[in-house]
Amino acid sequence: MNDRELSAGELDALQEISNIGMGNAVTSLAQLINRRVEMRVPRARFLSFEEVIALVGGYEELVACVSLRLLGDVPGIILYLFDGRSAYRLVDLLLGLPAGTTDALDEMAESAVKEVGNVLTGSFVSAISQMTGLRMITAVPLFAFDMLGAVLSSLLVAAGRIEDAVLVIETELFPDQSGQIKGHFFLLTEPGVITRLMSALGF
Amino acid sequence: MELQVGIADYKITRDPGRLITLGLGSCVGVSLYDPLTKIGGLLHVMLPDSTQFNNVNRPAKFADLGIPLLVQELQKKGAGGRRLQAKLVGGAQMFSGLDDSLVLNIGQRNVEKARAVLKELGIKILAEEVGGNRGRTMILDTADGKVIVRMLGNVQKVI
Repeated sequence: MNDRELSAGELDALQEISNIGMGNAVTSLAQLINRRVEMRVPRARFLSFEEVIALVGGYEELVACVSLRLLGDVPGIILYLFDGRSAYRLVDLLLGLPAGTTDALDEMAESAVKEVGNVLTGSFVSAISQMTGLRMITAVPLFAFDMLGAVLSSLLVAAGRIEDAVLVIETELFPDQSGQIKGHFFLLTEPGVITRLMSALGF
Repeated sequence: MELQVGIADYKITRDPGRLITLGLGSCVGVSLYDPLTKIGGLLHVMLPDSTQFNNVNRPAKFADLGIPLLVQELQKKGAGGRRLQAKLVGGAQMFSGLDDSLVLNIGQRNVEKARAVLKELGIKILAEEVGGNRGRTMILDTADGKVIVRMLGNVQKVI
């Protein structure tokens, strides 16, 4: 199957699976930070590297990135991106600090942000794996806090995914109704994996 | 005038022009500059070695193909091979964590390959700002061949 040959129906089904997975994930995050977490309905599409950058911000924008590899029947990469200020606010919430306390990420803050990645991914994966019966394993999270372009290109190069367009399932997370925290979720995978997901769901 | 160089791409310009490439992480920016003609080129490579891949559609993606290509194109525009001076920026390790398969230190391999290729071509490296764990933006000024390296937190270096 060629990269661009997923049908509209397949993309829809993929979005629906992701919606259920991410719905489960944001519920876990809401419990963790004791706040309502809003989520946009995920979208599945093929995007180039430049398009992914444009979706999140500029090349030189400060972002916190947590990335986890998926292994097993559904190999891929999950990443969460928060802009700098959102990352600081998230750490305040996670560590129970007054808003505005955090203005740099130390080791403690870094592991708090990584934990968000763990919790979200864990719930996402368990929802999809229960639905499909497929075996899904997550690797330990990686973390970076720097320029968006540098972070994303390094990750995609290491994953061998910078060739052309990548299949991206993405949504925005709003763990705070005031809109002070904004995050992006991406699942990068390949069409062969989608076929497997589809047949597990009886398509 | 400032021209932007994308990932896995290169551009050439002459005084009074500047070339910029944004957000180098593990990628390496290679600038080549001829001080006599004031012609300069900037290349943004992602990977060290094209021989590991079957399907090579963009030579500028790889250090082993991209650097000789840039030299060739510079010569076509009248920049002298023997006068070319190189500067290297990038090759960082952006991620921390224990997942080895994503921490292959591509940055370091990119830098080492770029040095080796330049040496083979007999091009001297005048300055480097490589390694570490910071993302970098690289700007080549063809007025004098200076390279400005910009990092987050208002950090700027001229090499």
